[in-house]
Amino acid sequence: MTSSDAIVIGGGHNGLVTAALLARSGRKVQVLEASDTLGGAARTEEFAPGFKVSTVAHLLNQMHPDVIKALKLESHGLSFGKGVSPTVTLSENTAPAILHGGYGDRLDGVSAGEAAAWKALRALLLRQTDILKRFLTSPPPKIGSLTRKDVISFGGAGLALARLGRDDMREFMRMILMNIADVADEHLSDDRLKGLLAFDGTVGHHLGPRSPTSLLGLYYRLAGETAGEAGAQVLPQGGMGAIAAALAKAAEAAGVSMRTGAPVGRIEIENGRATSVTLESGETLKADIVVSALNPKTTFTDLMDVRELDIGFVRKLRHMRMAGNVAKLHLALDRLPEIDTLTPELMAGRMVIAPGTDYVERAFNPAKYGAFSEHPAIELTLPSLSDPALAPDGACVLSAVVQYAPYHLREGWASGKVKFLERVLERLESTLPGLRKTVRHAELLTPVDIETRYRMPGGHWHHGELQADQMFVSRPIAGHAGYDTPVDGLYLCGAGTHPGGGVSGLPGLNAARHILTREA
Amino acid sequence: MGLMRPALLSVAERKAAQGHIHKIKFDTPFQPRLDALMQTHEWYDWAGYRAPHSLWSEELEYFAIRSQSALFDISPMVKYRIEGPDAEAFCNRLTLRDVTKLKPGRVHYTAWCDDSGHVLDDGTLFRLTETRFRLCCQERHLPWLLDGAFGFNVTICEETEEVSGLALQGPTTCALLKAAGFDGIETLKPFDIRDFAHQDGTVTVSRTGFTGDLGYELFIDTRRALSLWDRLWDAGGPYGLRAIGYAALNTARIEAGLIVANADFITAETALRADRARLPDEIGLDWMVDLKKGPFNGRRAIEAARRDGKARFVLVGLEIEGNVPADQAIVYHRKKREVGLVTAAIWSPTAKRNIALATLERPYGDSILNDLWVEIYALRELQYTRLMKRAKVVPKPFVKLARRTQTPPGDF
Ligand SMILES: Cc1cc2nc3c(=O)[nH]c(=O)nc-3n(C[C@H](O)[C@H](O)[C@H](O)COP(=O)(O)OP(=O)(O)OC[C@H]3O[C@@H](n4cnc5c(N)ncnc54)[C@H](O)[C@@H]3O)c2cc1C
Repeated sequence: MTSSDAIVIGGGHNGLVTAALLARSGRKVQVLEASDTLGGAARTEEFAPGFKVSTVAHLLNQMHPDVIKALKLESHGLSFGKGVSPTVTLSENTAPAILHGGYGDRLDGVSAGEAAAWKALRALLLRQTDILKRFLTSPPPKIGSLTRKDVISFGGAGLALARLGRDDMREFMRMILMNIADVADEHLSDDRLKGLLAFDGTVGHHLGPRSPTSLLGLYYRLAGETAGEAGAQVLPQGGMGAIAAALAKAAEAAGVSMRTGAPVGRIEIENGRATSVTLESGETLKADIVVSALNPKTTFTDLMDVRELDIGFVRKLRHMRMAGNVAKLHLALDRLPEIDTLTPELMAGRMVIAPGTDYVERAFNPAKYGAFSEHPAIELTLPSLSDPALAPDGACVLSAVVQYAPYHLREGWASGKVKFLERVLERLESTLPGLRKTVRHAELLTPVDIETRYRMPGGHWHHGELQADQMFVSRPIAGHAGYDTPVDGLYLCGAGTHPGGGVSGLPGLNAARHILTREA
Repeated sequence: MGLMRPALLSVAERKAAQGHIHKIKFDTPFQPRLDALMQTHEWYDWAGYRAPHSLWSEELEYFAIRSQSALFDISPMVKYRIEGPDAEAFCNRLTLRDVTKLKPGRVHYTAWCDDSGHVLDDGTLFRLTETRFRLCCQERHLPWLLDGAFGFNVTICEETEEVSGLALQGPTTCALLKAAGFDGIETLKPFDIRDFAHQDGTVTVSRTGFTGDLGYELFIDTRRALSLWDRLWDAGGPYGLRAIGYAALNTARIEAGLIVANADFITAETALRADRARLPDEIGLDWMVDLKKGPFNGRRAIEAARRDGKARFVLVGLEIEGNVPADQAIVYHRKKREVGLVTAAIWSPTAKRNIALATLERPYGDSILNDLWVEIYALRELQYTRLMKRAKVVPKPFVKLARRTQTPPGDF
């Protein structure tokens, strides 16, 4: 039987980060990935002949600088390509508002007064995000057993809070659990900007802009940075698969051995300790430690005998909310859509159809009752514009994140999918007239499709709702925060752990650091 | 999966399901017989049922247990049916003892813990067949059991109402049952279970009880319950059969050193204060914890607590000088330092000793055993007399009767 120091189950981006870091400490590491390619939800695939797209995540805005540095990702091919992409609001009735740089450090298309208000709000949010940022790279403390490190980290946050000044600090404490709609109303008057905030606060969460705590979603986004700019985003050259490729190269350079097409069927436990894993093929591989880069629910309820776990633990795990609410649309277009108000540079960025808070809130309403949005909110990109290799000559790829599309669709996605696709295409057509005539192929991935294709339970963006009750000390579940599990020698390192999802590499980084101190 | 709603009931259906609102306490199926025998009118609340504290005389009821036959209605005891191919595995994961060693037709006394290793309850697990168990206990646990059933091929339902129970305890009980037509009852060993014919059905008899005496527990389909009482009652005259209430049983169980949930310890789910929950090792149930059997609920926490010396308390038997029961008394070391609390105390009529169960904070009761005292406040005509009495840690049970285990039991 082959044996390694560590097996990492799942070659998603977080699994690759953990594997590479463990290997760099001199360990013999084996990655086992079910799919034929590495990267998990960070991947580029052909969805129509000659058309390639990032089939799940499509924008890079959170890859943490510590991850890039620790793995020297730039030397392994990570590139921010043409640089930071703008965000543009799209609507049939109004001219676009344009956010340049890191989340609109410069605005176009809005009044001078509104631009000033935006500037103040943006600065405020970034100051507040700075406080939260330090928690991204610190493992959540175990309630009841605070370590020195935890105290220092909390102390650091306290200091940073104090440095904010009294008024700012009070404002932060007042705002932290607010909803994004109220925050936007307090500062702004332009519906286009309010709609954008409403979308960015809620995308990937089962929340509407008026749901309490929806501001947290925006903080989480702004805590990310790209090319040194807070809140900035890029469309990576080669799609998200290129990010996975850079990580795989770093892992390979560190000596990680990686197998694809190797779905793990079972984690074997002897006397309370994980000792090996068995592939679905029946092959067994031994290791001193096993790290699961999979969803926590999958890890515990599918891959092991529940009797190895306690009832209260399993109960909490099964209650972990992870019903996705986002669908993904891929269009193979004959040609670039015409948007007379936008230059090609702007069209190469991120375009958001969310004209106002009410629009997004109304889109959310049906999702509460198991129906999809009649008028969905859409974030679209045209990746082939900056990376022509993604589409045949002259043709164009459209990639869109569409919400809301509840995993538990009342009528079922078997019949609901065509109807929803029609809604989405109608919505796009009314904003980009003539688009439908150019559609050569359309692929809509519902949360159920995402679940089955990419093994993401619930098709959930974060591998588990990222809301106040499932964050930080309660992620993945209360009482079992962080990367340890009740099973000795078994760790978690995927998006279901702190700080959460997005292509950040942070769960993988934190987990690796934690494991290295535990298994020193 | 998806969104589910309970079916809407009609007004009439809802009304019909609300009977409990009009009845503060439930009656057990034996209520007509208990009512007819009730002289003291001392009722108490047992898990929502009206149950006799005493029926005619606390003391004499106790002596019925120790020298005749005593009949005690145990119908309010909470009962769960656990059935299916994985029933054994389920019970083994749930509870502390090794269920694979429990043969069909046998019962064992056991306990179960939450994830932190704190005791949720203790009770008896009956293995009725290879794939069918009955769990009897004090508190209600259905949500816990159902959550624990995830991943097991097993069905679980509460059968407290469908199954009624009688405890028949005392030295003449075997003879009584024989006379009542329970042929072969004398071959039943302690913790054996056997079905006997009763009318057109069966009654399940186990040689178990809560008295430390010879005795049996009889479980029957509630629809046939009254006729079982009558069958015993009709045969019972020559054997001195008496109906008894909880007070008498309580005296007997303290003598036998048996603990009661939420009297001698607070169960983990009912404890409001974090420091009240108890590990098995803190309530004298350490012997149940079977570390040889593989995973079970709370195992990791119990092992960790043992490793880190986290068992803070110990449950002990005390013998106290004098004859005043030390109920709820504080236990002191050197008359000064508070080290624990008495949870149950009686003057034992059979041991002729003043005895008690107490929880002490280690090392008292564990490695420090001498110079222990209890402070008893005896209220005498509106004035407290404060007694400081010497207490000695003694082994349990306080009363050990050969007839409890002797097979066949003596005839009368
Ligand atoms: C529709 C959608 C759009 C998104 N858009 C963005 C975006 O634009 N930008 C962004 O940053 N984030 C986005 N996200 C979130 C982001 O994609 C995820 O949070 C992130 O990719 C999760 O990474 P991970 O490595 O933790 O998990 P995953 O990427 O899910 O990796 C888990 C890996 O484990 C493998 N696996 C599963 N089961 C087994 C098994 N039994 N044996 C072996 N291997 C197994 C899977 O195949 C997979 O490779 C989006 C998510 C969704 C659903």
